[in-house]
Amino acid sequence: MLSLIIKRLGIGLITVIAVSLIIFLGTKILPGDAAQIRLGQQATVENIAAFRARLGLDQPYYMQYLNWLYGFFTGDMGTSLASDKPITELIYDRYENTLYVSTLTALIGVPISLALGIFAAMFPGSLYDRFLTMISVSLVASPEFLTATILVLIFVFGIGWGNAVVVGSIEGKGFFELYRHFAMPITTLCFVIASQLIRMSRAAVLNVMNSPYIEMAILKGVPRKRIIFRHALLNAIGPIVNVVALNLAYLVTGVIVVEVYFGYPGLATLIVQGVQTRDFVLIQGLGMLFCLTYVILMLIADIAAFASNARLRHPK
Amino acid sequence: MSKSKSKLTQDHFVAPYDDSVSFDELPDAPPRSKFRFSFTGWLGLIIVCFWVTIAITGPFIAPYGENDLPFPDAYSEFQVPQPGAWLGTDVTDRDILSRLIYGAGRTIGIAFLATTLAYIIGVILGIGAAISNPKVDMVISRINDAILSLPTIMLGLVVVAAIGSSIPVLISTAGVIYASVVFRLARALGQEIMVMDFVEAARVRGEGLWWIITKEIWPNAAMPLMTDFGLRLIYVILFVSSLSFLGLGVQPPQADWGSMVRENLGALQYGTSIIPVIAPAIAIATLTVGINLIVDDVSAYSGGKLSKRL
Repeated sequence: MLSLIIKRLGIGLITVIAVSLIIFLGTKILPGDAAQIRLGQQATVENIAAFRARLGLDQPYYMQYLNWLYGFFTGDMGTSLASDKPITELIYDRYENTLYVSTLTALIGVPISLALGIFAAMFPGSLYDRFLTMISVSLVASPEFLTATILVLIFVFGIGWGNAVVVGSIEGKGFFELYRHFAMPITTLCFVIASQLIRMSRAAVLNVMNSPYIEMAILKGVPRKRIIFRHALLNAIGPIVNVVALNLAYLVTGVIVVEVYFGYPGLATLIVQGVQTRDFVLIQGLGMLFCLTYVILMLIADIAAFASNARLRHPK
Repeated sequence: MSKSKSKLTQDHFVAPYDDSVSFDELPDAPPRSKFRFSFTGWLGLIIVCFWVTIAITGPFIAPYGENDLPFPDAYSEFQVPQPGAWLGTDVTDRDILSRLIYGAGRTIGIAFLATTLAYIIGVILGIGAAISNPKVDMVISRINDAILSLPTIMLGLVVVAAIGSSIPVLISTAGVIYASVVFRLARALGQEIMVMDFVEAARVRGEGLWWIITKEIWPNAAMPLMTDFGLRLIYVILFVSSLSFLGLGVQPPQADWGSMVRENLGALQYGTSIIPVIAPAIAIATLTVGINLIVDDVSAYSGGKLSKRL
């Protein structure tokens, strides 16, 4: 068991290194370099050379890469090319906003979707189950901005609840204002993760419900409620943790489109701005941060999956 | 059950068939059930055919060019639907209907080409990895796992930031990113089929590698790959639209469903009509749901439950 976890962590580490290489090289293949972009066309050759030396760009690629990686993990991601501020400072201004939205989404969206999914698995084939499946299939196949638009139409223009666009910072605002602030992005994100979560948690519980020992319990005459809560759910916990971690990883990507849609001042809008202004230092740092979160969540999902499954733990 | 049991007691030899069928009428192999679309399958097919027709005939049926103004004299933004502009006008007063029609070609075309590219790369590498020696297989699989464990949008962002956005870049980026998923499927299928008896038999017979791939592996891998193609197409459509929505996909003034939503987002606040935002978004959703409905039917026919993976 322990050796398997260590092995998974090892694979995770290799993935992180591969990711950092992809991101680093991805921002290196472009024409021109940071110093040229930063100083503009008028800069003299000497100026650029001096600036390159200061940024460490005169060193060979592998040294640049190691320096960047070292900086990333010690909290120094370099200086933004567009605004001349340290990347860490730019991130510091924004990370709270993204953290609020994603944490609240997880706290609200995950329990509700799990309950809906498990309930659907308790009555497979029922009207409720089919209705839920239909809704979640169409949600999965719809782009996030359609979900957002429909929700805005219903809640903001229909009921007058929440703001369609998030403006300004969250500091110094009362509870009610904050609530209006967060209502729409969080609702949208909840719908985005709910679609996958409902389907996957339903499948996880159904999978357990189809196993022979549940059939045995049914034949023994155990009441339905007891079968689900005492027999099935305990064994479904592992797969459900796996599903939740996977969906929180999807949240990392879902948050990008939703933040941009609502003009929400979070990390995702920051990286999109970075791409538009070709601020490579910013893209490197933030891209790495997003990918790292994603990889860690995937790793948790992976470990939960085989920790809960004896067959995966002891492969033949 | 009870019927056949009672028959057993009557005489000793009873075929497990209905007694109205004589042995002469039985075909050699179990009859292959004919493929039929369900109601939802037909619905999906109609929707997809509709959009594909519009995508192909786009420039001929659009009432205006994609950047023409229907009312050059009465310049305004977000005009309500009226004769001459049946879906109203957008943020710079262009005809929504025409842009939607032009956008159909671009969105569907990009997504289709990207998915095809993903399949060409993924299937060649995947089946190649399955039949090549274990070391090569491991190296390719590890690299592939690293790409798979990245959020797709983030990869797209990095590539677009590096090379800049154009339609060929979009197609090849989406193609390479989604090839990693196809690779995994093709490799698993290839491995599964490689150890089957008929492939072993072909090997023992002394057939060449090319013959085994084209005559033994491909016919068996084709059906699951076809259904997966539909699913992958959905994801690529969503991926390309999301990139365009973020302003990193198809660049203005070219129309594309994702970028139309982005351009017209202001309509939700200032506009008199919400059609500029909702029309392209609904277009994407109907297309993806339509493809999904077809995939559901086809995968149910081929026995797999591929749609569960969506």
